[in-house]
Amino acid sequence: MKNRAEVIVIGGGSTGTSIAYHLAKLGVDVVLVEKGYLGSGSTFRCATGIRQQFTDEANIKLMRYNVERWKKLSEELEYDVNFKQTGYLFLATTEEEVEAFKENIKLHNKFGVPTRLITPEEAKEIVPPLNADEFLAGQWNPTDGKANPFKTVFAFARKAKELGAEIYEYTEITGIIVENKEIKGVKTNRGTIKADVVVNAANAWAPILNEMAGLDREFIPIKPFKHQLVKTEPLKEGQIEPLVCPPAWNDSYVLQDGEDGGVLCGTGLEYGPTYDMTPTYEFLREVLKWATRIIPALKYAHIIRQWAGFYAKTPDSNPAIGKINYIDGFYIAAGFSGHGFMMAPGVGEAMAELIVKGKSHVPLDWEWYDPHRFERGELRSTAFQIG
Amino acid sequence: MSEEKKIIICRCNDVTLEEIEALIDQGITDIETIKRLLRIGMGPCQGRTCLPMVISIIARKTGKSPDEIKLPATRIPVRPVPAGVLVGEIDEE
Repeated sequence: MKNRAEVIVIGGGSTGTSIAYHLAKLGVDVVLVEKGYLGSGSTFRCATGIRQQFTDEANIKLMRYNVERWKKLSEELEYDVNFKQTGYLFLATTEEEVEAFKENIKLHNKFGVPTRLITPEEAKEIVPPLNADEFLAGQWNPTDGKANPFKTVFAFARKAKELGAEIYEYTEITGIIVENKEIKGVKTNRGTIKADVVVNAANAWAPILNEMAGLDREFIPIKPFKHQLVKTEPLKEGQIEPLVCPPAWNDSYVLQDGEDGGVLCGTGLEYGPTYDMTPTYEFLREVLKWATRIIPALKYAHIIRQWAGFYAKTPDSNPAIGKINYIDGFYIAAGFSGHGFMMAPGVGEAMAELIVKGKSHVPLDWEWYDPHRFERGELRSTAFQIG
Repeated sequence: MSEEKKIIICRCNDVTLEEIEALIDQGITDIETIKRLLRIGMGPCQGRTCLPMVISIIARKTGKSPDEIKLPATRIPVRPVPAGVLVGEIDEE
């Protein structure tokens, strides 16, 4: 293991590996440290969705940029991350929701996202087994999509290493060295690494690291909430390709995995704050109640897997991205509240440029995601959750 | 030899011995990574068929003892169950 680097990234999920890749690409001597295996925290547990359909300017703009990055990512990383623009379809069950959809669509269109209102009949053409009779209209954006989280993290890590980055898995941070309010390095269970810059990309575990750096754990109040998914046996592709979600049905959603056609089913039922990752029977019953109502034929599909992961949530469900002003050389990109995977390419690029150049060309609204907003009591409008 | 390489190790996701060996030859020896890149153990059999074989392949190629290779997490349900049974709409055959 090296004992000196220019930048140490803590956390080997989609965010951390993307930051490490983009830093290495800018010629920075970077080390990434991950306590488990790459992706083991939250990325590999995610629902794979990538969407621009947020309800505020900052998230829409950042995700619009991200989709442009996703489109070219396989080519750039020379590894197929299986990004597919299969869309996101939200479904309304009441007239009030239809009106809200119209407002959302105006906002999306204003920032170049081609969302449109569709009829239940059109929705059924896009998702043939849909129980279309239950819905009044759809909010449909065909340019949203999904990708393979396993391959994405692997591809970022592989390319980062090719460019000179070192990645240490199964290596746990035991201390962050701060002298005179300046970052000096980290202590790990495998030895000390010196560096002038440390990036906290530990998402659900980020507050523990902030505390190690001598900050109040509540300064950036990220809390882990247990979310779960179930997956069916592989089914014929092309049936539920978009993520399909009637928000009024407890934010429940279904989509076919882009790899094997198995249907991923999620719902809003969450537990926490907790670091427990045990799946629950209550969730299994709840999620399938909604999934079989959205797609009745799913009742004949076999459930083969259920697992849990964390939404590392902030009070406004927007991440904390940027520089921590109390300690020179300490940066954070964490608290993604369920949106880390979809944002990873752009966030990694923006963070790398911020560290190297002090600014970035990525359309990331630093003020909106300011890690210091919580202590100032400034909350953003809550980012619309779901996959 | 080429016939031998076509041996299917994971029947759920059609993964061959050749594909597993190729990853190990690239230096990817962690069963957690092999599992996710090739989708071994993630199909309907939940790894019952393939994982013991994958462990023995990793052990043989890396010189590790099979005991040193930790099994990936087992997911529920233990056996595939139709969704309709879980929501009480259809009876299990």
